[in-house]
Amino acid sequence: MDLTYTAEEEGFRARLREWLAVSLPKLPVKPGPLDWPGRRAYDTTWQRMLYDAGYGEVHWDAPPTQRLIFLEETELAGAPYVGANFVGLLHAGPTIAAEGAAEQRARWLPPVLRGDEVWCQGFSEPEAGSDLASLRTRAVRDGDSYVVTGSKIWTSHAEVADWCELLVRTDPQASRHRGITWLAMPMDAPGVTVRPLRTLAGAAEFAEMFLDEVRVPVENRVGRENDGWRVTMVTLSFERGTAFVGEVVACRRTLGELAAAARANGTWDDPVLRRSLGRLNAEFRALWRLTQWNVSESQRTGGVPGIGGSVFKLRYSHARQELYDTAAEVLGPDAFDLDREWTADRLSSLSYTIAAGTSQIQRNIVAERILGLPKGRRWTSS
Amino acid sequence: MDFQLTDDQRALRRGVRELLARRFGRDALRAAVDREGTVDRKLWRELGAAGFFSLRLPEAEGGAGLGLPEAVLVFEEAGRALLNGPLVATHLAACGGLPGATDGTRMITCVTQLSSLVPHFADADAAVVIHGGSMRVRYPKELPSARAVRSMDPLTPLHRIQGGAPKAPPRPDAVLLTAAEQLGSAARTTEAAVQYAKEREQFGQPIGGFQAVKHLCAQMLVRTEVARAAVYAAAVTEDFTEIAGAKLLADEAAVQGARDCLQVYGGMGFTWEADVHLHLKRAWLRAQMWLTAAEAEEIQAEALASAL
Ligand SMILES: Cc1cc2nc3c(=O)[nH]c(=O)nc-3n(C[C@H](O)[C@H](O)[C@H](O)COP(=O)(O)OP(=O)(O)OC[C@H]3O[C@@H](n4cnc5c(N)ncnc54)[C@H](O)[C@@H]3O)c2cc1C
Repeated sequence: MDLTYTAEEEGFRARLREWLAVSLPKLPVKPGPLDWPGRRAYDTTWQRMLYDAGYGEVHWDAPPTQRLIFLEETELAGAPYVGANFVGLLHAGPTIAAEGAAEQRARWLPPVLRGDEVWCQGFSEPEAGSDLASLRTRAVRDGDSYVVTGSKIWTSHAEVADWCELLVRTDPQASRHRGITWLAMPMDAPGVTVRPLRTLAGAAEFAEMFLDEVRVPVENRVGRENDGWRVTMVTLSFERGTAFVGEVVACRRTLGELAAAARANGTWDDPVLRRSLGRLNAEFRALWRLTQWNVSESQRTGGVPGIGGSVFKLRYSHARQELYDTAAEVLGPDAFDLDREWTADRLSSLSYTIAAGTSQIQRNIVAERILGLPKGRRWTSS
Repeated sequence: MDFQLTDDQRALRRGVRELLARRFGRDALRAAVDREGTVDRKLWRELGAAGFFSLRLPEAEGGAGLGLPEAVLVFEEAGRALLNGPLVATHLAACGGLPGATDGTRMITCVTQLSSLVPHFADADAAVVIHGGSMRVRYPKELPSARAVRSMDPLTPLHRIQGGAPKAPPRPDAVLLTAAEQLGSAARTTEAAVQYAKEREQFGQPIGGFQAVKHLCAQMLVRTEVARAAVYAAAVTEDFTEIAGAKLLADEAAVQGARDCLQVYGGMGFTWEADVHLHLKRAWLRAQMWLTAAEAEEIQAEALASAL
């Protein structure tokens, strides 16, 4: 067990720090949380800067430990996270890299890395959430196109995306997991209607997507027809890999700020509150160690994010909610002031136990796939 | 960075697990319960011969020259097996070079780990008094008089010493090795619950097919694995704040794990016959030893404040 970084890893860290120090001041002013086109431009500008400096592919090609260092250092330096590039860099891109044909990789990957194109994820449907395999959006082959009709929901960044990684049903007769196909749909195709949905935090962060006979070229299909479920699973394991590294670092910083605020306003003298903060300190430190453990494991197994991601996500998503609940105790009545830091974060944190697999679904995965308990009658986690 | 067990560490863990399975299997465990927790001195000497107590002493002094991470793996196995006796105290005494402690010919307890309560007071050969970095050895005639307590934990006989012992700042390694025992217990109760859930059938199916049971088991694993990362990392860094945090999380994993295991076992979990209560009572006791949750949380809070 070795927690020290190699000379090579430290070299990578030092060069990155140096680059961040000169590059971050060149970033434009951060747009407001409701300015979506502004946020897209900001996030893609940042991705372009990373690309030009040779860090564009860090999420895909770098050894897991370098990726860990990258995420840690960028967060410590206050750099932006992937933001609008999330799906392109962490879902659709890796899927195309793993499963796409040569022309598809050449067409879609460079623009993601350069920050030229933004992707969104059209998986969930009104009737297909946790039970994603029950999705019903239909795609019917017509010459060299698929004609797609149906609706998607909770599509993050749909309003500012160029492409959508779309799951559609191509064989309604086949068993649930068998008749699904993965398509890259241009968001400006005729028949695509995006209706923003307001989240409980007040912002239109995700949207409903109505698809009315949208024609998607067959050449936009990644993987074989009806093989989309397997293709998609490649994507989901990426999502549960190192996706939360930066956030754990951020939570640890927030905790320090909370302690400072508590000392300043006297709530620190309340032993119950003080001890809650102390407990969270142990919690986030352990989550950081668990991240290092998981990263070391995937480094040994050749970069495949392990099932440990579900264990991590379960604990982390709840810890993060506790963090902001504790923040509210420090703030007292100010916790109701939306202009106070942490108030909006507290609201956002409510999605953590739902998005990317609810806590109940994660527990099913842990129980069935790690502990080997019997599969549920209807629910299948595979 | 390579935060995973090395091959040697895996081999060590396997070796200890095999030794304990052979020498402290179910029958030996229940025999220890029937003896009200007094220690099998023959086994104690065998543990000593196997290097259980001396493993961190330099080779020149008869030890194995191993570090805290290896000690943690060994104590984790002890926790899994519910091995009884003042393991941590004797290990500390051995680290201090006390003759007899190293090879297991003597059994040493500690009078400053559980306020006025002393485990194994009657059958120990001596006791250590720990004060931060310093450690003094006291022989029975030098100790204040003590009165036997009817111990809630059948594997840990307890005495209360007159006047109580002064609360001393704990030794980091004692805290961490106790956390390692808790980790082993948490891992064991998780396994036991999962195994039982696969075998026990109700309503025509294994109870592990019910989500209410499944999710209990999943949470047990989550607590165990988070505690594992914390305990192992603390063994590597030897940082006291990190050690205190590891104890906090391992205590919680062990206590809550045993309770959840009891719940999964149903009526069987409430019996003397099942081992679940042995894990729970021991976990409750260890949670109060060396460093309590309240103290650990204050240490964590202090670390936050001093980083400002
Ligand atoms: C902020 C945010 C962003 C999102 N972004 C996207 C996106 O970009 N693209 C996209 O496709 N989707 C996105 N989603 C959707 C997300 O993946 C789903 O919300 C999630 O999978 C849950 O589905 P659902 O909302 O339909 O809830 P449901 O599946 O209806 O679940 C409702 C409740 O039932 C429980 N439940 C369901 N099935 C089981 C079971 N088998 N066992 C036990 N309990 C069960 C759930 O845990 C939950 O508590 C986003 C969601 C959020 C909150």
